[in-house]
Amino acid sequence: MHSIDWLLLLITAWLLIGLAGLIAQRNLAWVGKTLYPLGVLVGLALAGVALMAIDNKPEALVLPLGLPDLPFHLRLDALSAMFLVLLGGTAAGISIFASGYLRKGEGTAPGLQSLEYHIFLASMALVLLADDAYAFMVAWESMALSSFFLVTSDHRKPEIRHAGYLYLLIAHVGAISILLCFGVLQSSAGMGATNGVADYTFAHMRATGHDAFWGSAAFGLALFGFGAKAGLLPLHVWLPEAHPAAPSPVSAMMSGVMLKTAIYGVLRVSFDLLHQPLWWWGVAVLALGLLSALFGAIFSAVQSDMKRLLAYSSIENIGLLFVGIGLALTFQSFGMITLTALALTAVLYHCLNHAAFKSLLFLCTGSVLHATRERSLGKLGGLIHPMPWVAWLALLGVIASAGLPPLNGFVSEWLLLQAFLFSPGLPHSYINMLIPVAAAAVALTAALAGYVMVKFFAIVFLGQPREDTISQQAHDAGWLERIGLSWLAALCVLLGVLPVTVIERLDFVVRALLGAGDYTTPGDAAHSGDWLLLAPISADRASYEPLVLLLMISAVVVATFAIVRRFWHGRVRRSAAWDCGFALQTARMQDTAEGFSQPLRQVFEPFYRLKRELPTSFDRAPFYRVVVEDHFWYWLYLPVARCAEFGARLVAFLQRGRIAIYLLYSFLTLIVLLFLVRG
Amino acid sequence: MSHYSGQLINLLAAVLLLLSFAMLGQRRILSLINLFMAQGAVLCASTATVALVTGQKHLYWSALITLVLKVLLLPWILHRLIRRLNVKWDIETLFNIPTTMLIGIVLVIFSFNLALPISELAGTVSRSTVGIAMASVMLSFLMMITRSKAVPQVIGFLAMENGLFFAATSATYGMPMVVELGIALDVLVGMVILGVFFFQIREQFDSLDIRHLEQLKED
Repeated sequence: MHSIDWLLLLITAWLLIGLAGLIAQRNLAWVGKTLYPLGVLVGLALAGVALMAIDNKPEALVLPLGLPDLPFHLRLDALSAMFLVLLGGTAAGISIFASGYLRKGEGTAPGLQSLEYHIFLASMALVLLADDAYAFMVAWESMALSSFFLVTSDHRKPEIRHAGYLYLLIAHVGAISILLCFGVLQSSAGMGATNGVADYTFAHMRATGHDAFWGSAAFGLALFGFGAKAGLLPLHVWLPEAHPAAPSPVSAMMSGVMLKTAIYGVLRVSFDLLHQPLWWWGVAVLALGLLSALFGAIFSAVQSDMKRLLAYSSIENIGLLFVGIGLALTFQSFGMITLTALALTAVLYHCLNHAAFKSLLFLCTGSVLHATRERSLGKLGGLIHPMPWVAWLALLGVIASAGLPPLNGFVSEWLLLQAFLFSPGLPHSYINMLIPVAAAAVALTAALAGYVMVKFFAIVFLGQPREDTISQQAHDAGWLERIGLSWLAALCVLLGVLPVTVIERLDFVVRALLGAGDYTTPGDAAHSGDWLLLAPISADRASYEPLVLLLMISAVVVATFAIVRRFWHGRVRRSAAWDCGFALQTARMQDTAEGFSQPLRQVFEPFYRLKRELPTSFDRAPFYRVVVEDHFWYWLYLPVARCAEFGARLVAFLQRGRIAIYLLYSFLTLIVLLFLVRG
Repeated sequence: MSHYSGQLINLLAAVLLLLSFAMLGQRRILSLINLFMAQGAVLCASTATVALVTGQKHLYWSALITLVLKVLLLPWILHRLIRRLNVKWDIETLFNIPTTMLIGIVLVIFSFNLALPISELAGTVSRSTVGIAMASVMLSFLMMITRSKAVPQVIGFLAMENGLFFAATSATYGMPMVVELGIALDVLVGMVILGVFFFQIREQFDSLDIRHLEQLKED
């Protein structure tokens, strides 16, 4: 059996596990303790098979499913394999967490939810394997629909229904655009007809070159469609609505893996199907990515709902990924393949990293949510005492997300910045002038991300409990949840500590995307150097040794601890802190989420649409409220909605309610058509 | 023989067109059903003639189906319906019959103009009647538009099917048997369903006047 057959078998297993959930929908022992762990095994097997297959030759398969003359084509190449590893590995952690996370009486019955969840997983795997537009769209839409039902699990709350609707709407607008993109690719590649049916396979689109106009049209449509799914500006509005609405494992899955399928789609179309980028595509993607990254970072800094904060942080990371893609496209259009390989490696690496740390953080919010029933940062605090496991694992995720060495976030952001540093070689003076600005913006984004993560961790886990009742009822995560969190945290650590091994594997993907040619990749450098030292271009330009750094950090920490123990222990006494002469201090007086982000709100004020209600000095019951809104709602979405309503009213003019009039419409149409046919 | 039969087919086609005009201007529901029955009979006769001339065996079957369905079964159902609905002697106020007739004539001229290239292409004995067939389809459509009661509208719909059938026979010696049987069944089932609807409409609005359906529009 080939790897692709095994993968197909595993996908089917996911579907069967999902269906088995219908047998006893409300039986938690069956669904939670049997089906989800089985799904974990399938996920691990999927990741393993894909990891083995990453250096194989592409394997293709034609399924006897689909429409007549239009069967499903599947193909496993290095790019699909890499994203399947991401899917399987992340899904394993999330599923085992979910198996401990399920509770009675939360929205949809567990069995049904398990069905939706496993269909979601299987359809994502099929998206990655699809090799023709038809199979791709079918898988893509089932992914969108199953995730929609997962988001609206708790559909009795109106705001959750609203969030789900927004998500579905944007997903469909994006899907239309993707469909059009495939149509353009197919027709610009020529019919390629076999027995009169147009050839919609990717192989056909890949084989022929596309001219500049239609190539650009296809690329623009793909960017719009996949950008809608990924949350690229200005199509990001569904992310901060849908993530808080969805159950935490679902948020983790959507943010960690589903957004990556959009990245996969962009890579597939721009590097595999179009394979001759124009320079301005790269610049456009770079600009959009930068805007998204900055926007996401700035907005996540001022959020006071922990899941919204993470949602905006996802927008920021997606922005960074698009920055990398834009850079790679620009380099490739100027024929600088070595640097393209570097930028692509950074993108692929960051996909893996983001999947690991963002799902870890979303799952942590899930644990906190179950322990405290509270999402608002303003009411949490001091949770490290009742929930040490969650807190310490969240700390790992936070460090990774903030891009600090020796964890994984640092590696990919460092690679991305390295790619920027080599850009002065670009033979285009305007781009050369603008790229340093972009690099500075990326650095700013990374710094803001660090700020956001400090806020997230410190407000939730450190300090003193802001509400006594909440911290008293808080409890640590169960053992299944701990396994899930630990698995993802371990992935973060491994990806951070062993970058050379990872890059060696990613090298197959990069080479598959860029084709044969005379260039070196970061993987070559990894092969030639020793396995400790990561030097993307050459060791004398820049290098990074994570293990050494880790050892150094550990040594410093241990030494500091020992010295403090040795010299200061015993001299410490506990007493009340100096209260500034104000004796009446409560835990509510700690720095709040709003307070922590207030400086940023001042600095970036033009980016926000602020609604502030300040108390006057005579208020009996003073309260302070600040609502941060998104300009895009008012500048883009509401005008579009108004236009749609206006158009609908124009069309409603046709509806007169009289059958004779309706018959007259079709009669006149018939007459006109007959007249035209005759002429 | 072939000369006479050609003349015969043309005659029958002319009668068909005449009946279409008669239906367009007929106010009484009962007479309308009888006209419809007559149209079915003419259709049956013309199909049988074409079959006789050309020796196409399956056209005999078509003629038989037409006879059973459109001359016997459907008129019987309609008669029963109007008796049960108690609208047997209903008279419809029509919107300006002479104007309708004038529009009908324009439609006939248009159809003939339209059918000219088709009848040149078709190599059948009855090719000159394609225009008439199309005209009768259009006239039936016009009838559906001008009527405001439910039963005459349904009769218009059925008459339209007659026109289509005639077009098929005259242009290409009829459709394949499977298609013909399918259409026949569709018409029958459609008739039954519409019959049910009549009762529903009357129950809701105490009348079969479809102008009441305008209330269903959403503002």
